[in-house]
Order: sequence, then structure tokens, then C-alpha cells
Amino acid sequence: MTPHFLTRTLDRSATIFLLVVAAVGILIPLSNLLLPADSPLQVPTYLMALFGKYVCYAILALSIDLIWGYCGILSLGHGAFFALGGYAMGMYLMRQIGSRGVYGNPILPDFMVFLNYKALPWYWYGFDMFWFAAAMVLIAPGILAFVFGWLTFRSRVSGVYLSIITQAMTYALLLAFFRNDFGFGGNNGLTDFKDILGFNIQADGTRAALFALSCLALIIGFFVCRAIVTSKLGKVLIAVRDAESRTRFLGYRVESYKLFVFTLSACMAGVAGALYVPQVGIINPGEFAPANSIEAVIWVAVGGRGTLVGAALGAVVVNYAKTVFTSGALAPYWLFMLGALFILVTLLLPKGIIGTFNAWSESRKARNNANADSAAAEDGVTKPHLAEKA
Amino acid sequence: MTDLLHRFRAIALAFLLTAATAIPAFAGPFEDAVAKFANDDFSDSDEAVGIIATSGNPQAFAVITALQEGRLSADPDSKKVYLTGTDGKVTDAATGEAVAEVPASAAAVRLNNRLRRNIESALGGLTLMSPDPAKRIASAQSVFKSHETAMLPVIETALEKETNKTAKQAFTEARAAILLYKEDATEAEKIESIAVIKSRGDQDALALLTSLPADQTVGVARSAASAVTAINSRQTLWSIGQNAWYGLSLGSVLLLAAIGLAITFGVMGVINMAHGEMVMIGAYVTFVVQDVIRTSYPGLFDYSLLMAVPLAFIVAGLLGIVIERTIIRFLYGRPLETLLATWGLSLVLQQAVRTMFGPTNREVGNPSWMSGAFELGQITITYNRLWILCFTMAVFAILLAMLRYTSIGLEMRAVTQNRRMAASMGIATSRVDALTFGLGSGIAGIAGVALSQIDNVSPNLGQSYIIDSFMVVVFGGVGNLWGTLVGALSLGIANKFLEPVAGAVLGKIAILVLIILFIQKRPRGLFALKGRAIEA
Repeated sequence: MTPHFLTRTLDRSATIFLLVVAAVGILIPLSNLLLPADSPLQVPTYLMALFGKYVCYAILALSIDLIWGYCGILSLGHGAFFALGGYAMGMYLMRQIGSRGVYGNPILPDFMVFLNYKALPWYWYGFDMFWFAAAMVLIAPGILAFVFGWLTFRSRVSGVYLSIITQAMTYALLLAFFRNDFGFGGNNGLTDFKDILGFNIQADGTRAALFALSCLALIIGFFVCRAIVTSKLGKVLIAVRDAESRTRFLGYRVESYKLFVFTLSACMAGVAGALYVPQVGIINPGEFAPANSIEAVIWVAVGGRGTLVGAALGAVVVNYAKTVFTSGALAPYWLFMLGALFILVTLLLPKGIIGTFNAWSESRKARNNANADSAAAEDGVTKPHLAEKA
Repeated sequence: MTDLLHRFRAIALAFLLTAATAIPAFAGPFEDAVAKFANDDFSDSDEAVGIIATSGNPQAFAVITALQEGRLSADPDSKKVYLTGTDGKVTDAATGEAVAEVPASAAAVRLNNRLRRNIESALGGLTLMSPDPAKRIASAQSVFKSHETAMLPVIETALEKETNKTAKQAFTEARAAILLYKEDATEAEKIESIAVIKSRGDQDALALLTSLPADQTVGVARSAASAVTAINSRQTLWSIGQNAWYGLSLGSVLLLAAIGLAITFGVMGVINMAHGEMVMIGAYVTFVVQDVIRTSYPGLFDYSLLMAVPLAFIVAGLLGIVIERTIIRFLYGRPLETLLATWGLSLVLQQAVRTMFGPTNREVGNPSWMSGAFELGQITITYNRLWILCFTMAVFAILLAMLRYTSIGLEMRAVTQNRRMAASMGIATSRVDALTFGLGSGIAGIAGVALSQIDNVSPNLGQSYIIDSFMVVVFGGVGNLWGTLVGALSLGIANKFLEPVAGAVLGKIAILVLIILFIQKRPRGLFALKGRAIEA
């Protein structure tokens, strides 16, 4: 059973992907920590943090690809789940600051002292414990996605309607988190973190560990997604994507499948956000902006919708391009490029990088096969009985 | 000798008489009082202000305002007082006769604080007699608020003389306010006053009644209390009216922004995320038109919007057609991809405008006919909001008529209902698509002209409307303009009624949540299309 399960789950490109991520996850932290600073192979900490950010984005892209690529649910609000996971982690990190804040209050974070809070709001209870925060990273986005999905999928809201509604959801959360009296730091969000699980969050060792953990999360997330999409469940999901009504008429409870995969995807996005916050050092309501969610969708489209590997690759490629272009002389043109990317990818490269590559290699294989066949056929022309048949 | 004496007395008398006519300051209390300013003594001046204010002389107002503004000068030798008008003309303050110029020996009449206060109260009394009814009403209002017992005789005389109906009402109310607070007024007088104040029924009346001293007779207290409840309930009604107006106004803005979207989404099933940018481009067209007018034809400024509307329609419409032909055309039947491509387009358009016009807000002015406000009962209505409401309704009506009575409208409806059947009947669906997209974009453009009047014209203008517009379309239902109308107005009104209860941001969040819940009940909106179009 197990070997069969593994071979089914991991095809060649999936294996390559996992090996590359594992190698990156081990080698970069090691090079950062062990090699001397003047070595050409040493990865500086800032670069490692940058790559760590990309890895988190890759997890987010994976979660979007799982629902969009395999189930046809285009969520334009996945940034909301990412940000909720980030806030859950941010709240833990805020509580860890303790009395080292500017105002030195052992219980209340600085912004609460500043805003004249007398006591900790009830929803901040428990976030001083890591296990609780870690659970909330999964539970908060999960519950939101479950309730939201339960409401929308059951009444068969789908297609663009669903996309618009998800956008409205993240927009509503954006407005809510911007409010000071909402208890999440308002406009400034949560920042100024000191340590995580007792380790200094600025230290190279902590950062290396966070990076390795992000890669591990990517590996696990990828494995889970692969396992789902190659299972029977995955086949039903693809059926829902391609012909929702027909799947329903065949007797599948489409909404349950959608709800399951949507909630799972939201939890993954939450984990991505939770890993993102300690590496970036801040979480603010800007993460809820609808534009962020749509940008995450384009990563998936660039890499290749419905390929998983492509989604992760797209996230890294697009974000790397963003880093390169927004920091150089080309900065004013970045939005032109991003916009053009949206248009060109949908028009010219609808399958994305990996999808196009797969299609190309398949057609080459088919051509090779066809060549072999026709070669064989040419041989056969001389055979009289075939000629007779023709 | 006696003869000589007689003659001398006659001459003296004649001299005195001429002197009397020559110096008319001695001819009446007003002139006497004016002459007192020349004494350069604060208490004399003070006395003079009191006399002048009550003299009823037509010059009185001019003299006291001149004194207040330091335009009154007096010659201490000749005891003459000169008034320099606001137009620079000099007159004799007492007679009103023109004088060539103020003599060098004259100095401005000095003021101290006590004098200034007295001048102000004197002016208050004087404006009650002002020939301009608007001024009389304004001063009656201020008396209503201050309810000084001392003003009662002045108000009563003014009330008797008053012929203007509104001013008479204002004086009656002022008198009632004074009587209500007058300590020795009878109970009957007070109750009558309360009735008058109650019928006025605004915030000031309420303040007057609630701050009444506690030592009232039972009857007065009771009728005051009942008047307060009556006014309160009326106030609630007015505030509902005001909220409804704000809601209608917001709804019309939403409708304007969403109507083009409803067309493209309804007819073509295309999600145009760049719709907001078409609105933004319309606003920038207005800016350019006004800029050209300001530099070249300043006289035409009031017509700038009339010129901007067709231009914005053409610019945005043509751009829409270009977009449809180059991008959207290839993405039909793939709504999610269209959404992404048009989102990318919106980024490009925003950045293009940012590069051309800069990232900051551009100044777009209101023409004179769109500035200001008027009061309808206790509802304040600004002209620009009113015009936008009218404009939206006009656009809506024209669009509706176009869809109903023109051949292109017929074709559009046919394509909306059944694309393949329409194509089979010989309708060039791709041409209809291009024109529909152009039309939707063009309407977004003219929405931009209207929105430039009430919102900041910046590259982000469209972004702030896009989510709201989508909500309107989703809520109202696709493919039905009436749904868009009802959706926009009800969202606008619901928003404005939630705002005072929940605050602006929470109100908006509540609306979003309500829409998400509403979609539950009616996944295709309020006015859903029936038939095969549903399962696309």
C-alpha cells in the first residue's frame, strides 16, 4: 500500500521539486551559519530572510492552486487567511515582548497602553502560550473559511460571483483591522517583536531555523496537496472543476468536497502567514488588501494553474522579479510590468510556465511516438496484406 | 439808538438763524448725538450711540457701522463729524451731504471695549429695523436664541410694522422666546409662547425648551415637556429624511459607477476589473477640459462639465472598444481569466495616469451652478449632490430607452438572453460585444465626470468604487438595469442609515456581511434572469 501510495503521489517533477526544496532548506541555513562571512558561498541573513518570504508566498500559492487549479474556486480573498494566520502568530509574538515594550507593561502590548486599554481583550487570552497560538494559526482561518464556504457553497454561489464575494470578505476584514478599537493595533498592526519560543528573533540561528521550517512547511504542504489531488478525492475535485452540475447529478455532494478543500486551503494559507510574520517582523492590515490576494492568484497563473509545482515556482519567480525591479531604476515601471504580466499570461500562456512546458514535452513525446509509429508503418507498407487492407 | 439796537438784534437773530441752518447738529436729537463724537470722550460717544440707535434716522445704521469699522472721523474745532464710505466717498455724518474731503484737523473717533459692545447690541437692534427682510430675519433669529428681556419692546414695535410674512413669523418666534424666559410673564402668555416655539420645531427650539429654568408653574412645565416630546419626534422624522437624502445621494453615485459594469457583466458575462479605471479616466478628462478652459477661455468655466461629459464618454468608450478588441475578445467563456487580465489592465492604466499626471490629487473645480446648498425644511441639500442625482437618473433613463427602442439595444438584449440564438438570427455578436463594452466603458467615463465633483481626482479614484460597484451588481442581479437601480439605491440608503448607529466603517462592514448573507438566499441577486442563461 505505502509504496504504491508514494509512487502515485510523487511523480518525477514532484520528486524533483521536493528534493530541490529540501536541498535549499538545508543548504542555505547551513551556509549562512557555518561559512565565514567573506566566503562567496555564504548566504547573508537578509537574503535568507528574503528567500524565507518567498517560501511563505509559495505555500500561499500552493493553497490557491489547490482550490483554483483543481477545484475551480477562484478565491480573490486568500490573502485574508494568510493575514489571519499572520495575526495569530503576531499576537503570540506581541505577548512575548512582555515588559520590554516602550511602556513596560507586562501584560498589555504597547499599542494597547497607548490606546488606553485597561485590560487585555478576551480574544487575546491564551496567546502567551505558543501551542495555543499555533493552533489558532490553523483554527482562525479554518473557521472563517468553513463558515464562509458553508454559506456560499451550499447555496451554489460559484464562478465570478464567488470571486467577488471573497474579495468583499477580505475588503471587509481590511476595514475592520484598520480600526483601532478592534484590538489588533489598527493601522500600525503588530510589530517590534523580540523573541519566539525564547530565541531572539533577530539572531541568525533563529532566522536560519525559521527558513528551514518554512521549507519544511512547503514540503509538507506540497505533499498533502499532491496526496489529495492524486487520490480519488482529487479526481472528484477535478470533476467539480470541469463539470460541476454533472458531478452533482452523478451523486457527489459537491458542496462538501468544495468546503473540505477550501477550508484546508485556508489553513495552509494561515500557516504561510504565520511563518511569514516572524521573518518579516511586522503584520499590518495592508495584508488584507484585495490587491494582495489577486497578486497571489497571478503567481499561480504564471507558474501554471493546476500543477502545484508551477504555483510555488510562480510565487518565487514573480516575487523575485518584484524585488529586482522595485529596488532598481525601473521601479516606476514595475506596475506596468505586473499589469502586462497579468494580461500576457492569461492571453498567451494560459497554462503557465510549467503547464506549457508539460504540454510541450508531452507533444514531443507524442511526436516521437508518432515518428516511431510512422516509421513502423513505412516498414509495414511493403507488407502485402496491409496494402491489401488499405 | 433803539433803532440801532433793534437792527442789531435783528442782525443777531438773522445770524443765529443762519447759524442754526448752517449747523443742523442742533436741529434734532440725531444731529446732536452725532456731534457728540467730536468731543473725543468715551462716555459722550457711548451716549451718542444709544441715542442714534433709537433715533430711527435712516443714516443711523451707516453711522454706527462706520464707527465700528473706524471710518468715522471728527474735527474737534468745528465739531463736524465726517463719514468715509466703504467706496471712499466722504459725507457729513449728520446731514448726509457730500463733502470734498476730510479736513486735516479731523481724527478718527476712538473706541474702547465697552463702546464696542454697545455698538454691537445697538446694531442688533438696528438690524431689526433694517430695510432688507433677510437682515431682519437674521437678527430676529439671534434674538430668538439670546431671548434678552430688554429686546421685547423693540421686537414688539418691529412686529407691528412688519409686512413680510417670513419676517413676521421670525419676530413672533423671537417674542415668544423672550416671553417664555421673562420672569413676570403670565402663565397663559408662557403657554402660548411654548405653542409658538413648538411649531418652529428645530434644534434651537428644543434647546430653548429644555433649558427652561425649573421654577415654572405646573401648566407651563407640562406643556413644555409635551412640546419637547413633539419636537423630538419631529426631529427624528427630519433626521430620517436627511439620512434618506444622503442615502439617495450615495445610491446615485453607486448607481452611476455600477451601471456600466452591469451592462458589460450582464450582456457579456465579462468581469471588468478595469471598470474603475474608466471612471478615473473620465475624471481626468474633466480635469484636462477644465485646465484648457482655465488657461484659454476662462469665461466658459461654467460650461466645462457640459463639454467634459461627451468627451469623457468618447475617450472612455473608444478605449473600451480597443480593450475589447485586443484583450477581452480572446477570453470569452473564461470569466476568471478575464477578471485577471482586466485587473492587470487596471494596474497598467493606473500607472499610466500616474506617470502622466503625477500621483497627487488634481484640482477639479465646481461650476457656480453646482456650488452651494439650500435648505428643504431641516434637510440640507447641496447642489452638486442634487445635480448628480438628476444626472444619474437622466443617464439611467437614456440607457433604458436605448436598450428598449434602438436596434442596437434590441441586439444587445438578444445577445444577453441567448447568444447562440442571436448569432443564428444574423446578429453580429462580436460587433455587439465591442459596442456593448464601449458603451459600458463610456458610461463609466461620464460617471467619472460626475464623481470628479465630489471626490478626489487621483489615480486611485476607480479603486475605491470597484468593490462597491460589484456589490451593487451582484446584489441587484445581473442583466437587469432595474436590479442595478434598486440595488444601488437600497445599498446607499442602508449604508447611510447604518452609519449613525454603527459608525462609517462598521456600517460598511455590516453591509458587506449582509450582502454575503443575502447571496445565500438569492445567489443571482434581487432581479435574477430566468431561463437557460442562469447555468452558464
